[in-house]
Amino acid sequence: MVRIKEKVIEGLLMTAGMITILTTLGIIWILFSESYGFFKEVHIVDFLSDTQWTPLFAQKHYGILPLLSGTLLVTFIAIMVALPLGIIIAIYLSEYAPANFRNKVKPSLEILAAVPTVVYGFFALTVVTPFLQNFIPGLSTFNALSAGMVMGIMIIPMISSLSEDALTAVPKSLREASYGMGATRFQTAIKVTVPAASSGILVSVILAIGRAIGETMIVTIAAGQQPVFTFDIRQSVETITAYIVQVSLGDVQHGSLEYQTIYAAGITLFLFTFLLNNISYFIKKKYQEKYE
Amino acid sequence: MPTIQTIDINAWYGTKQALKNISLEIEEHSITAFIGPSGCGKSTFIRIFNRMNDYIEGFKMEGQVLIDRQDINAKEVRVEELRQRVGIVFQKPNPFPKSIFENVAYGLRIQGINDKKVLSEVVEKSLMRAALWDEVKDDLNHPALSLSGGQQQRLCIARTLAVEPKIILMDEPASALDPISTSKIEDLATELKENYTIIIVTHNMQQAARISDKTAFFYMGEMIEYDKTTDLFTNPRHERTENYITGRFG
Ligand SMILES: Nc1ncnc2c1ncn2[C@@H]1O[C@H](COP(=O)(O)OP(=O)(O)OP(=O)(O)O)[C@@H](O)[C@H]1O
Ligand SMILES: [Mg+2]
Repeated sequence: MVRIKEKVIEGLLMTAGMITILTTLGIIWILFSESYGFFKEVHIVDFLSDTQWTPLFAQKHYGILPLLSGTLLVTFIAIMVALPLGIIIAIYLSEYAPANFRNKVKPSLEILAAVPTVVYGFFALTVVTPFLQNFIPGLSTFNALSAGMVMGIMIIPMISSLSEDALTAVPKSLREASYGMGATRFQTAIKVTVPAASSGILVSVILAIGRAIGETMIVTIAAGQQPVFTFDIRQSVETITAYIVQVSLGDVQHGSLEYQTIYAAGITLFLFTFLLNNISYFIKKKYQEKYE
Repeated sequence: MPTIQTIDINAWYGTKQALKNISLEIEEHSITAFIGPSGCGKSTFIRIFNRMNDYIEGFKMEGQVLIDRQDINAKEVRVEELRQRVGIVFQKPNPFPKSIFENVAYGLRIQGINDKKVLSEVVEKSLMRAALWDEVKDDLNHPALSLSGGQQQRLCIARTLAVEPKIILMDEPASALDPISTSKIEDLATELKENYTIIIVTHNMQQAARISDKTAFFYMGEMIEYDKTTDLFTNPRHERTENYITGRFG
């Protein structure tokens, strides 16, 4: 009886695992097959080098660069906000804060990541942008800066939490060696703990970049929907994700070339996050070996 | 004139008392050994001399520690400056994951000394004094972690010497090492005595007897006996001490 129960449970778990794998494979299959249709019509060189993206207009151009620049620009701003703050928080929590304080702050920080992204988007559009317009002339209503900054705040806990784990994993004996020679806590953090935890910190940053690249709601609401090839943070830009939303919600005919553009955009996005995930996985494995 | 003096030291981890009323004096340029069964408070006590317990949560201490007549727990004492005067070597070699050179140069770098020539001189001198120079002089840029355990421990000693402390605390510096490395560390301690005051924790009775001038025996947070090493080992005044040093400890 017990054996049968075990078998049933094992079977259920196995099915659950298979479903996830099959779903993933299905998504990848659709991405590839649909974008195959796209790339039959549009040459990959045009796709990668044309600086205009106007599939929904009469004068059609299919260059991914404007969407890519929009995505990378917003991601860059987000990381510029999240990286220093996330690391400072991680250093504070692991090197300075008493344990009971740390145990309270960490979960509360993670609430930042639990706020629905639509709230962030709305916040960027209705609070941050008007506020920044006081200082930055020429800041459009929809712009890369606000979206990026707010996204940065959202991903702070990804960086701070994983970096803090990496810092805490550094053996206490190394800190004591440093203190024992007359180093301050700050010197110890900068010269010993952070370098020793650098691979873990790097992983946290890469995962955060992946998250930022894939983020959709904030940019759709606050960054706008104008695919322009620019690195001007005051302007409205369109990210890959925002474009996919725009087309999915629009009245573009299914199966048309216009419709297939979202798969081409999607596969670009997928390749980026796939690459980032693999890099972080690779670093993580190397770093685990180092400590074991 | 003693360099170090403790007066009525009591210490606690949370509510658990780890040290009870310990008063002792330590002479300059001597080696003092702390012995006693595991958990009796030797490490806690030795770490009091450069306030390494400061960062341990729940640690609390009463009593005075005077070094060169100065109360090291006084407000005006900068703990970083104290630790430059009172260096420490730990039980397990703990080199930084940096090069051999950078390990030894670390203490100077954090003092803001970055002059390559000064650093090279100090690194060489410290490695010589730690009896490691000949073994590593061609590999200064190799990672410290590529050294053997015994070499790593001598590197840690060199690293400590580089900041020119006057007092060196050693908490079982040889317990993780093979006999040859151990005897190297012992020889080293004996040599260093000329210029430094050394306190060493050890579980090895022969080691204490071989190298130390005075020995303190601890038991359950108390200092049971503190005497000239030869007297303590040949003629212990307390039964507990006798039982411990003769290995009849229950
Ligand atoms: N960080 C700490 N937190 C709580 N209790 C501690 C801590 N460090 C030591 N203790 C306790 O204080 C007592 C003295 O410990 P200490 O490490 O000083 O002993 P020791 O003589 O050095 O032992 P050993 O020979 O095993 O190194 C022990 O009972 C130990 O459990
Ligand atoms: Mg100990």
